[in-house]
Amino acid sequence: MDLARATFWGYKRQNGRIGVRNHVIVLPVDDLSNAAAQAVENNVKGTMALPHPYGRLQFGADLELHFRTLIGTGANPNVAAVLIICIEEQWAKKVGDAIAATGKPVAYFGIEQHGDHDTIMRASKKAKEFVQWASELRREERPLKDLWVSTKCGESDTTSGCASNPTVGNAFDKLYPHGVTLVFGETTELTGGEHLVAARCRNDEVRRKFQFVFDRYQQVIERHKTSDLMDSQPTKGNIEGGLTTIEEKALGNIQKIGRKCVVDGVLDKAQTPTGPGLWFMDSSSAAAEMVTLCAAAGYVVHFFPTGQGNVIGNPILPVIKLCGNSRTVRTMSEHIDVDVTGLLRKELTPDQAGDKLLECMFRTANGRLTAAEALGHREFVLTRLYESA
Amino acid sequence: MIHFVVHEQGDGVGVVVVEGVKAGQHLTGWIMEDDKDIEVVAKNDIPIGHKLALKDYREGDTVIKYGVDIGKVVKPIAKGEHLHVHNVKTKRW
Repeated sequence: MDLARATFWGYKRQNGRIGVRNHVIVLPVDDLSNAAAQAVENNVKGTMALPHPYGRLQFGADLELHFRTLIGTGANPNVAAVLIICIEEQWAKKVGDAIAATGKPVAYFGIEQHGDHDTIMRASKKAKEFVQWASELRREERPLKDLWVSTKCGESDTTSGCASNPTVGNAFDKLYPHGVTLVFGETTELTGGEHLVAARCRNDEVRRKFQFVFDRYQQVIERHKTSDLMDSQPTKGNIEGGLTTIEEKALGNIQKIGRKCVVDGVLDKAQTPTGPGLWFMDSSSAAAEMVTLCAAAGYVVHFFPTGQGNVIGNPILPVIKLCGNSRTVRTMSEHIDVDVTGLLRKELTPDQAGDKLLECMFRTANGRLTAAEALGHREFVLTRLYESA
Repeated sequence: MIHFVVHEQGDGVGVVVVEGVKAGQHLTGWIMEDDKDIEVVAKNDIPIGHKLALKDYREGDTVIKYGVDIGKVVKPIAKGEHLHVHNVKTKRW
């Protein structure tokens, strides 16, 4: 596949970033605002509410992450315009102003002193304006380097390490030289292979940062664990799929960063990268949490290899699923976008599998719905760092 | 027909990639890194995705996959046997 002159069709946003979807979202800042947000979604066709269970009495770094994730989600170029609803207008304004800095249309609403009915009416009127405005935006042809691609695997099994993860690695190795902005994460799921990631870091500074976040997360596990984590990491699904230890799972996981690309920098959760290259994001290994953080960091297409069949999607980030387990492809075919089982029958070379994934990436970027989008998977899961006050 | 794959020459385990492997079955494995085939007889029924031992292991031995340590043997395992959580554990956590 010749990527040197490859292009895709995307929406150019006011800040220069390119999106591949054109969502108008209704973003609740807290759990109390979900009902109003979902009422607006119901009233105005073409809007999408992103309900979630958090946002009250969080503080410190946990609150900062909450805001960073909501603001990043609204700022993502896959989003054309944003309506924000919060029980308290001040925080609706805080999130709204930060998203409006991208230049996209934003409106915010507080529920207190209005009630749900009036809030829903005001937000619905604005939502109708936004949807009709967004519906006239047109895609334009853009160079490959404008695409930001994230990856995270889930319900992995041993076929993930032999087939679907190396396929992502092959694709990443091909995208990297063309200035694409890439990211991987899953900090604790590198346990047993962390030395291999450290060896791939661009320089000592990046390596030091990587090692710092890796060690910090290990301390979290050590502090809270009551067992060897055999009940949760590997998961029951991983073990059912044949993965025996965290080390084995990690070595399979790391196949996603290929053999050639270099780890250029380390990101905090939901942090936006400052340039092209491969970034490592300190993050949970739970699928929906990690994918939500990728969306909040500004990524517009996601590669999700699975073995046993994780069904995850995201409201604003198209999640492309690939699988190398023939039983999963047979029993859960509606969830799989790219079948790479041929790799394990020698019917497909790693290079052909990587091209197959890239072809799906371009079709998805150009507008084809992923399986998760068509099936309505919109998992929006905010990472929490500790208890509320 | 390939019944199991091995990442690298020197790995002590293979991954079954077909459904329905039965005890006593003669299996063909593919060492992906070197594109070489090997033969092993399965000593147990082994589900798709699960591993079989490519050598005899004693308690305390290290299991190598991808050329890297993936854990320790906690019960002896014979070549061709199912190798999983009942006889191998993590060295971390």
